[in-house]
Amino acid sequence: MLVSADEIECHFRREYGRCVATLVRFFGDIDIAEEAVQEAFTIAVDRWPATGLPPNPGAWITVTAKNRAIDQLRREASREDRHAQAALMYARDAQDENRDARDEDEGQVGPVQDDRLRLIFTCCHPALARTAQVALTLRLLGGLQTPEIARAFLVPEATMAQRIVRAKRKIKAAAIPYRVPGDAELPDRLQAVLSVVYLIFNEGYVASDGGALVRDDLCAEAIRLARVLAELMPDEPEVLGLLALLLLTQSRRAARIGPDGSLVLLPDQDRSLWDHALIAEGQDLVRACLRRNMPGQYQIQAAINAVHSDASDAARTDWGQILRLYDQLLACSPTQVVALNRAVALAEVDGPRAGLAAVDKLDLTGYHPYHAARADLLVRLGRPGAAVPEYEAALAATSNAAERRFLEQRKLTAARQAG
Amino acid sequence: MTQYLLAVHHDDQPPLSPEDMQQSFKDVEALNSEIQAAGAWVFAGGLHPPSTATVVRVTDGAVVTIDGPFAETKEQLGGFWIIQAADLDAALDWAAKATVACRLPVEVRPFQEG
Repeated sequence: MLVSADEIECHFRREYGRCVATLVRFFGDIDIAEEAVQEAFTIAVDRWPATGLPPNPGAWITVTAKNRAIDQLRREASREDRHAQAALMYARDAQDENRDARDEDEGQVGPVQDDRLRLIFTCCHPALARTAQVALTLRLLGGLQTPEIARAFLVPEATMAQRIVRAKRKIKAAAIPYRVPGDAELPDRLQAVLSVVYLIFNEGYVASDGGALVRDDLCAEAIRLARVLAELMPDEPEVLGLLALLLLTQSRRAARIGPDGSLVLLPDQDRSLWDHALIAEGQDLVRACLRRNMPGQYQIQAAINAVHSDASDAARTDWGQILRLYDQLLACSPTQVVALNRAVALAEVDGPRAGLAAVDKLDLTGYHPYHAARADLLVRLGRPGAAVPEYEAALAATSNAAERRFLEQRKLTAARQAG
Repeated sequence: MTQYLLAVHHDDQPPLSPEDMQQSFKDVEALNSEIQAAGAWVFAGGLHPPSTATVVRVTDGAVVTIDGPFAETKEQLGGFWIIQAADLDAALDWAAKATVACRLPVEVRPFQEG
């Protein structure tokens, strides 16, 4: 056997987004595109083990899928299927347009808009609910199957399937466009795309529910999407900032979970477990962003992480610089959650009393990091008795088993200190 | 081209002052001309209040006529545009102008084709 089934699946997974995106442009229909790629996969499983990999698997998949879809649509169109006739007509127009575009482009080299970029803007269109944006992005760009997405977000498969079907139906019925927005809309629309990728990563990194602390598949997928975006939009500093933030966060993945599966906080992490290749890549990106001097929330968060990554041990952390970065972050995204993180940095610079005073100005009841931070500061101020109910409030607000184990431990220690 | 309904929803916000109301009428008129000039116009109209509505339905095989809007909710359809646009983004651009002109939320819904 020249190619194993696993290898074939791997190629499809890698090429899926690109192939589906190209076919969506060609047929103007997501379902046709997805079915065609699936069909090509079946053919590949049948042939590749005997023939070996084609020289360019991605191109093979796209061409095979396109031809299969056209054959299928022709059969349906000849039976007076109006939907198939419309898709064929669309495909003919797309081909003509391509030819025209090529004629126009001849002699001048301009940036070629990648189909994946168009598709991710369609998936993250503001007319779709955030949950649908996330599901569609994972499915169409990430090549994840519906059951995988359902598992990742801990919703029943039927619910996720319905969510995806509905979103696709809306894209078609309401004619949500398949293009990269113009300059005027781009900043807002890009923000939605970045939030979706960040949310996918975060859902993997701080799995909000269930036993495992992280779900690596989601983190890996988010990083892959961020890499695609960075490759396609290299002039958008926030895109680079997001990629840097994800890489630097991911670099601490191995140190963040103790042998017993519980959470290990930054100061207590074994820094030799950090992934230094990811750190170097993330820090390079942060430096590239700094040179552009167009700060935004992802770039600043990445810079904060880069400062942490610089410290060979927790005691050497440059908290002064981190605090200045949080001031910047607070100026560009003035939320209570950012203010909470700033207060934690302030406690490192000016002591726990100043930190607690800043935390007490916030109202984040029910947000578990708020209660945990407050509890931690109270312990440091020698008031473990007051910390216990805060740990309890934090426990009541999280369902992640690893975080709960961690908080239970802290609570026990505080209760013991309080006597 | 897709046709879209831009439905204007009256919510339970306090009514506009007479001056604001006059200005809103003028803004809507100006928008109507703009939609027509752009070739996006299909039809539009404002509706009398829900208290003028009558509902007709079949109950036990017989057609029954009753007073009142179909649903007694705070939000009621107050008027609408039907426009044609290349895609949802173009329709949303008109909807953005519509909600500014009429000072009320606007719901955008595509018509079924054919």
